[in-house]
Amino acid sequence: MTRQMTGARMVVQALKDQGVDTVFGYPGGAVLPIYDEIFQQNEINHILVRHEQGAVHMAEGYARSTGKPGVVLVTSGPGATNAVTGLTDALMDSIPLVVLTGQVPTFMIGTDGFQEADTVGITRPCTKHNWLVKETDALAATLHEAFHVATSGRPGPVLIDIPKDVQFATGTYQAPVKGGTKRYQPQVKGDLDAITALVAALETAKRPVFYTGGGVINSGKAASQLLRELVDATGIPVTSTLMGLGAYPASGKNWLGMLGMHGLYEANLAMHGCDLLINIGARFDDRITGRLDAFSPNSKKAHIDIDPSSINKVIRVDIPIVGDVGHVLEDMLKIWKARGRKVNSEGLSKWWAQIDEWKKVNCLSYKNSDTTIKPQYALQRLEALTKGMDRYITTEVGQHQMWAAQYLGFEDPNRWMTSGGLGTMGYGLPASIGVQVAHPDALVVNVAGEASWLMNMQEMGTAVQFRTPVKQFILNNERLGMVRQWQQLLHGERYSHSWSDSLPDFVKLAEAFGCKGLKVSDPKDLDDAIMEMIKYDGPVIFDCLVEKHENCFPMIPSGKPHNEMLLGDADTQGAIGAKGAVLV
Amino acid sequence: MAALNIKKGSNSHSAYNLRSNFSDAIEKHTLAVVVDNEAGVLARVIGLFSGRGYNIDSLTVAEIDHAGHRSRITICTTGTPQTIEQIKAQLGRIVPVHEVHDLTVEGPSVERELALLKVAGDGEKRVEALRLADIFRASVVDSTLKSFVFEITGTPDKIDAFADLMRPLGLVEIARTGVAALSRGS
Ligand SMILES: Cc1ncc(C[n+]2csc(CCOP(=O)(O)OP(=O)(O)O)c2C)c(N)n1
Ligand SMILES: [Mg+2]
Repeated sequence: MTRQMTGARMVVQALKDQGVDTVFGYPGGAVLPIYDEIFQQNEINHILVRHEQGAVHMAEGYARSTGKPGVVLVTSGPGATNAVTGLTDALMDSIPLVVLTGQVPTFMIGTDGFQEADTVGITRPCTKHNWLVKETDALAATLHEAFHVATSGRPGPVLIDIPKDVQFATGTYQAPVKGGTKRYQPQVKGDLDAITALVAALETAKRPVFYTGGGVINSGKAASQLLRELVDATGIPVTSTLMGLGAYPASGKNWLGMLGMHGLYEANLAMHGCDLLINIGARFDDRITGRLDAFSPNSKKAHIDIDPSSINKVIRVDIPIVGDVGHVLEDMLKIWKARGRKVNSEGLSKWWAQIDEWKKVNCLSYKNSDTTIKPQYALQRLEALTKGMDRYITTEVGQHQMWAAQYLGFEDPNRWMTSGGLGTMGYGLPASIGVQVAHPDALVVNVAGEASWLMNMQEMGTAVQFRTPVKQFILNNERLGMVRQWQQLLHGERYSHSWSDSLPDFVKLAEAFGCKGLKVSDPKDLDDAIMEMIKYDGPVIFDCLVEKHENCFPMIPSGKPHNEMLLGDADTQGAIGAKGAVLV
Repeated sequence: MAALNIKKGSNSHSAYNLRSNFSDAIEKHTLAVVVDNEAGVLARVIGLFSGRGYNIDSLTVAEIDHAGHRSRITICTTGTPQTIEQIKAQLGRIVPVHEVHDLTVEGPSVERELALLKVAGDGEKRVEALRLADIFRASVVDSTLKSFVFEITGTPDKIDAFADLMRPLGLVEIARTGVAALSRGS
């Protein structure tokens, strides 16, 4: 179907044809024609943000919680540059986004025109791909290609820069073609010989472990389902990166908990001691591996990833499998069943006995208090009081983020939105709004640190305006806690600029925004306050005053292997012997 | 589990002090990359090398198929085998990249580079320069009473050798194209 229409109308038409229901955006001179088209229709819902960074994080939250691409519309120059952090965040965490930016008219490009920026130049390294569209006739095909590139292969953010004259001019609109553009068709089926080799290794391994990542979530719900089937049928223990939480349920019997720098003792020691490591959709990030030459020293390693450049990037693997996690897991299960569902039962039962010993260390235990709220306790209460609800969690970045990953349990994929690769403070609040827009009736909680939360707090205005009842659960330690922890452990307790001074009164701030504020400092009041937060029909800013100098454990200091984990404050002093430290 | 003894005031525990566990010998590779000839494609390739800290020893690019809008980029790079594999995989991720060939490992190939050298001088040196140019099959493409411009094609090594010989004979300027390369045979 081809039709004549203006470039601006094409944008809206292409979004409709791509099944887009929501756009997060902010207007300006260079996108006025598109905003004019948005005004004249009702199918696409536009969420007016307060800062373009917020728009991109909202789109990320929307995308991560739905599996659909998130769409952003911003103006040229400052609108585009404000989007850069969000684009980089989405690139690092493989979140599909389509970002549309306005640009000065083609005849002004290169003249330093008002609000001109070299948007494709600036965003080239922080997008999966980007385009500057110079002719209206090329716009429709480019828009469709953008959706295809963002969502196929390893997902990621893409950007289309659209000069204002291209928006005004009339051209030919083309509907999307099935299967996307020919020039970008990543391999999804894994090599069957390699998969068979992996199955053979799995059948005989004495100490195998699945190490799963965000790729399982990105592959879709079916991939998580297949993972569960494979894990449960083989009885092999499974751990996950921060990005992969929820792919295998936290209540599942083979679950070891998260691994990595602040991962669980049993998960990290299983990685260290395994003889077969099966990486499914993770990327051997440095927060996971610790010191490379001591990483999982005695294991055979297999790696399933849709992105060939992830394989052998930092860790050399024995069985590389390029393909989509869902497809590969399906083939793997089929082959394993056809070969007689074999595992090394004797080896596995010894392995589990060892893991159960490690679990007894109870690495997440902490010293609770009757007088101050421990952040871990706050999260345990949040978990207990919201368990079983239709719940989505976002986080900011810092200690609270790691505690959330440790103390909250995720039963399903797409329920946990956090900035992993880039570690972007200011992600959680806008992301929670994006999630809530996609799931209006669900409970959406942003587990925040007070410092991170301030970075994009202007978006409370968006939350109130669009009636998204997001709950901002701020673990307020009046510290840039994670920075403070590093300074304590690694910089001789010189707390250089890691205080949150002159904080706003969060309850008054909530009132100023027109939403509800709650403040708790006594552990006895915590449950009631959490219930009040959940029951309130609207956005809530929850100021939870917690212990100021709590440290996040376990911790593998950078440059250390998995078996040199710190379990508590005593470990860091070197004062108490290894066995004693375990007991603290 | 051993306790960690971190001294107060120590700063040897940066998050970024992780070192690679495979540091093999450095190799030289010639890559041929076929791309869509569209705006920004060269910037993507060059940005990949600078952004990820890879080496570019030389890079040439020109359109090779006008109707199909295809260009061929020839890149000479150095790195460990893992780095070279990464470079190829990273190039393969770029949307307008169609093919990545490692001519160094895909069988025998021919490599050629063209250079122009300006040599100024008189007397014996001038005669000697001409004599050496003849041996190297360099041709004279411009001459004045005080100077020559030589054109030479060959492998980068041959051009290096010729330039080294011209230096004491009055080499004033050199322009090199970088390497173009093709695999041998059909
Ligand atoms: C945009 C940005 N700037 C700086 C940092 C470095 N950083 C990581 S955690 C952190 C402190 C976060 O403090 P807060 O949000 O209060 O969380 P807490 O660690 O106290 O739970 C900082 C400054 C970052 N991750 N992102
Ligand atoms: Mg804090």
